[in-house]
Amino acid sequence: MTLATELSAPPGARLAIDKVSKWFETSRGRVHALDDISLQVSEREFVCLVGPSGCGKSTLLNMIAGLEMPDQGSVVTAGQPVKGPSRERMMMFQESALFPWLDAFGNVMFSLKRKPGLSEPERREVAEYYLRLVGLEKFMHANIHELSGGMKQRVALARALAPNPRVLLMDEPFAALDALTREQLYGDLQRIWAQRHVTIVFVTHNVREAVSLGDRVVLFSPHPGRIREEFRIDLPRPRDINSVEVAGYATRITRALKDRMEHGAGI
Amino acid sequence: MKRFCTAALFFVLLIAAWHWAYQARIWSPVLVPSPESVVRYLWEISLDGSLWSSTVVTMKRLLAGYVIGLLAGLPLGFLTARVQALRDTVGVLALGLQGLPSVCWVPLALLWFGQTEGAMLFVVVMGTLWSVILATETGVRNVNPIYVRAARTMGSEGVHTWVTVMLPASLPFIVSGMKQGWAFAWRSLMAAEIYVTILTGFGLGHLLHYGRELNAMEQVVGIMLVIVLIGLLADKILFSPWEKFLHRRWGTEK
Repeated sequence: MTLATELSAPPGARLAIDKVSKWFETSRGRVHALDDISLQVSEREFVCLVGPSGCGKSTLLNMIAGLEMPDQGSVVTAGQPVKGPSRERMMMFQESALFPWLDAFGNVMFSLKRKPGLSEPERREVAEYYLRLVGLEKFMHANIHELSGGMKQRVALARALAPNPRVLLMDEPFAALDALTREQLYGDLQRIWAQRHVTIVFVTHNVREAVSLGDRVVLFSPHPGRIREEFRIDLPRPRDINSVEVAGYATRITRALKDRMEHGAGI
Repeated sequence: MKRFCTAALFFVLLIAAWHWAYQARIWSPVLVPSPESVVRYLWEISLDGSLWSSTVVTMKRLLAGYVIGLLAGLPLGFLTARVQALRDTVGVLALGLQGLPSVCWVPLALLWFGQTEGAMLFVVVMGTLWSVILATETGVRNVNPIYVRAARTMGSEGVHTWVTVMLPASLPFIVSGMKQGWAFAWRSLMAAEIYVTILTGFGLGHLLHYGRELNAMEQVVGIMLVIVLIGLLADKILFSPWEKFLHRRWGTEK
């Protein structure tokens, strides 16, 4: 592997989720988390999973990541069944999950250290490239606690992108940020996605966020988690979360969401 | 600089007060030696090399026992945190024995090992081990599980996760456990050296003990000073760098 291929956009990966069901054992008994989920994500697509908490969307993300296994059904990426975590599918969490014992650069290096075929100087170059990509070249050696919430998520994004994954899984990555920072990051994420073109599965409960980011918005309903409806978002990019078009789509989806909550599985 | 001056002034005043108390003859000079006599004593034993050799003997014992305690305690702590059965057994044992004042190991060590280096080592290891086990266990159990999940997606697993994620993530707890272990080991070793009079090495505790036997108060006070200084130095050399690193990285500085 050379540095050029390492830094070029990766081949996208198709994602096929086929009839996946999942149960959890809790202190209150067996909980049906996901019921018969089937979802296709095409190469380089940006898909947002939306639903109220408890609809199993994070669980589905964990199963795509390989952190959890489905009880029934299968998850296949790029033709390969998911058997465990892999650098092909990187994940970002709501908490940045950055390691406080490393600086920003060290955190990005961590995800490269385990990647074979790169020399140490090449790894450093790759790490620097991604920190520049997220606009943090001035904060390479900052300690994690010195960074703002938005900067932490940028480092987390750089860390997730660094091994050049084909799929990026994002679990409410911007939920804990203030509105202004969040809007900045929407812009950055769209720019970076246009540049890197990875397949993205993005979990959120914020409908507007989903509309302004996704090619497609998949609506989940809870207890058990099921896919209710899908919406294709045909809006030009980059999108502004405050635009009328985004608001229009969001209103429609929110109405569908409320409908499902009232008439769907009882809450 | 200002802090240094405050500290220096404090100690100068302390010694001056001591000197004055000696001069005023409030207590018998046998009980309160003059600062000069203590300094003279320390100077003499530095010149004849006995201060150095005793310090070396003591530090060797301390370091050997401490390192053994760490090498056993760290993995045991990790295992205790991971295995429920160990937590219910070794964990409870560690909690109980950590509460036992480390001096209490001395009689047992004497009966088991007699007047030997083994007795010393045993006491120091017992002083270190339990604190390190408990601190490591607490540290590991306090590691945010999201670190492990993030590490797994980045291709880390098994031993690699333990060494590069669990260990550094629980470092704040481990360092404070190491510090406590060091303090316990140091205290128990002094107790052991005072009670165990063996011929394989003449440590600082022995000097203290003979000071009492000879009613040489300047020796008792002088050796106590040396012991205090070693404790301070150990803190500065062994633990301060770690703590500084932790404060800087984790942002826990005031």
